[in-house]
Amino acid sequence: MNIYEQEKALLEGLAANDTNAIETIYRENYNTIQAFVVKNNGYPEDARDIFQEAMIVLFEKAKSSSFVLSCQIRTYLYSVCRRLWLKKLQQQNRYNPAIETLKETIPVEDEIEAHEKMNADFNLMEKALIKIGEPCKSILEAYYIQKKSMPEIAETFGYTNADNAKTQKYKCLVRLKKIFFAQYKNGE
Amino acid sequence: MEDSLLLDAIERYRNGEMSPQEKIFFEELRKNNPDIDQLAAEHNFFLGELEKMSEIKTYRHNLNEVENKLTNEGIISGKGAKGKSKIVYLWNRYRRTIAVAASIAGIVSISTATIVSMYSEKQKVAIITPLVDHKLNQFERKLNQIENKVNEASAPPLVKLPVKPKLEANFRATGFLVDGNGYIITNAHVVNNARNIIVENKKGDQFFSKAVYVNKTTDLAILKIIDTSFKKVSGLPYTFLKSSAELGEHIFTLGYPREEVVYGEGYLSANSGYFGDTTSYQISISVNPGNSGGPVVNKNGDIIGIISSKETNADGVVFAIKSKNIYSALDEIKKDKKAESLKLSSVNSLKGLDRVQQIKKLEDFVYMVKGN
Repeated sequence: MNIYEQEKALLEGLAANDTNAIETIYRENYNTIQAFVVKNNGYPEDARDIFQEAMIVLFEKAKSSSFVLSCQIRTYLYSVCRRLWLKKLQQQNRYNPAIETLKETIPVEDEIEAHEKMNADFNLMEKALIKIGEPCKSILEAYYIQKKSMPEIAETFGYTNADNAKTQKYKCLVRLKKIFFAQYKNGE
Repeated sequence: MEDSLLLDAIERYRNGEMSPQEKIFFEELRKNNPDIDQLAAEHNFFLGELEKMSEIKTYRHNLNEVENKLTNEGIISGKGAKGKSKIVYLWNRYRRTIAVAASIAGIVSISTATIVSMYSEKQKVAIITPLVDHKLNQFERKLNQIENKVNEASAPPLVKLPVKPKLEANFRATGFLVDGNGYIITNAHVVNNARNIIVENKKGDQFFSKAVYVNKTTDLAILKIIDTSFKKVSGLPYTFLKSSAELGEHIFTLGYPREEVVYGEGYLSANSGYFGDTTSYQISISVNPGNSGGPVVNKNGDIIGIISSKETNADGVVFAIKSKNIYSALDEIKKDKKAESLKLSSVNSLKGLDRVQQIKKLEDFVYMVKGN
């Protein structure tokens, strides 16, 4: 396998939420990013956050059908981390044009913008889920996230039959949608 | 409950759980009923968001697991870095601060050193050597003594010989005429503390002189030949440069590092002298004790300076007082002395001559300055 194929396999693994792919990318890239962040006024903890964030950006990229690998994962991650970190420094007014290594970078502004929007949506959904409370949250998660069947859910949550559970799930879903779209419209 | 069925249908359609007939029916329904279509679109979007969220949640969970695993393996530094990694981390983090602190410390120490050296003039003198020869060799002294004895023995003379000064010199340097009436310029450090000053021309004629002007700041002195045997000379061949000389200009000098006149040549290497002294030039030339007070002449025969000292620890780093200072010296003399009109020559007859001719013309006006 040449590098291109290796990286393609890694990204496919990433899109399929494969832990091994994540681990490989972590092993190959984390230290560079930490060095960059620490050199530029940050702590290792900041590097962990930034790297996770960049990994999510990469994940979104890998999952989108239009994604074509235009550069190495290494370059992509470095570019995203660099952009994210400088942005964070700017927000905290800690920015001073610091040590710039002469590594290759690619423009990633658009991706980061898209990622930020996605993050906001993610937060909306999470907030809405928390708002509807238990047992609705667990029932919906069981059905839509863990993809459990209705009889299973009825058993777990103590409903007499699947139909009852389904009715309950429907009520929960309506509430969740209501809360989610209310916030969504507010946020627009 | 219709809504419930509808949502169920949308989900089943989305998940591909419908039979072909159902599918067609459902698509027809959406097409013909805008309300249902709207609801379907909305629900699809909602489900998409929910799925995305769940995916990212799972993914985040995986990321955290990998991160924890690698932290345990020591590949990712933990929250509280310890030992060596802590030092490396602190160094990386603070090395810019350290660099700034270090440079400030450096600047402070350099400026302190500069200030100290600026106010300790003595040190300055210690590193540069005035080019007066204080170690006239024994041979020369013997020669002087014998000469004196011969003179005594031949007395009383039948022919009236010019009165030769009888004294043992303990320094020797150079000077040159600035005015045909017997005014010779040399360095202040040459004649400083001298009781008797004698000047001697190329032919060996010696004349008693006295210092009429000594300025230790500019290190210039003007001597006046007071010997009656001295006859006014005319036709000084050189002029004195009023402006600044150019860097890289070829220059030469005549002087008395020995009992005989010695020629030396070099170039102008800097427009300031020791420690940025703007009253001097730095020239590159080979000189020795005895050259002090010698003229520095450019190729046109202009006097651009007077040799004064050299840096002890460096080769060919010689300092010459700029000729501009001669003018100011003359102005000062004119002010406080009623001295007969002292005039610098304004005719340059060295210009255009080749070097050998220039030297021949020049050497008659360069004197050895000695005394005790």
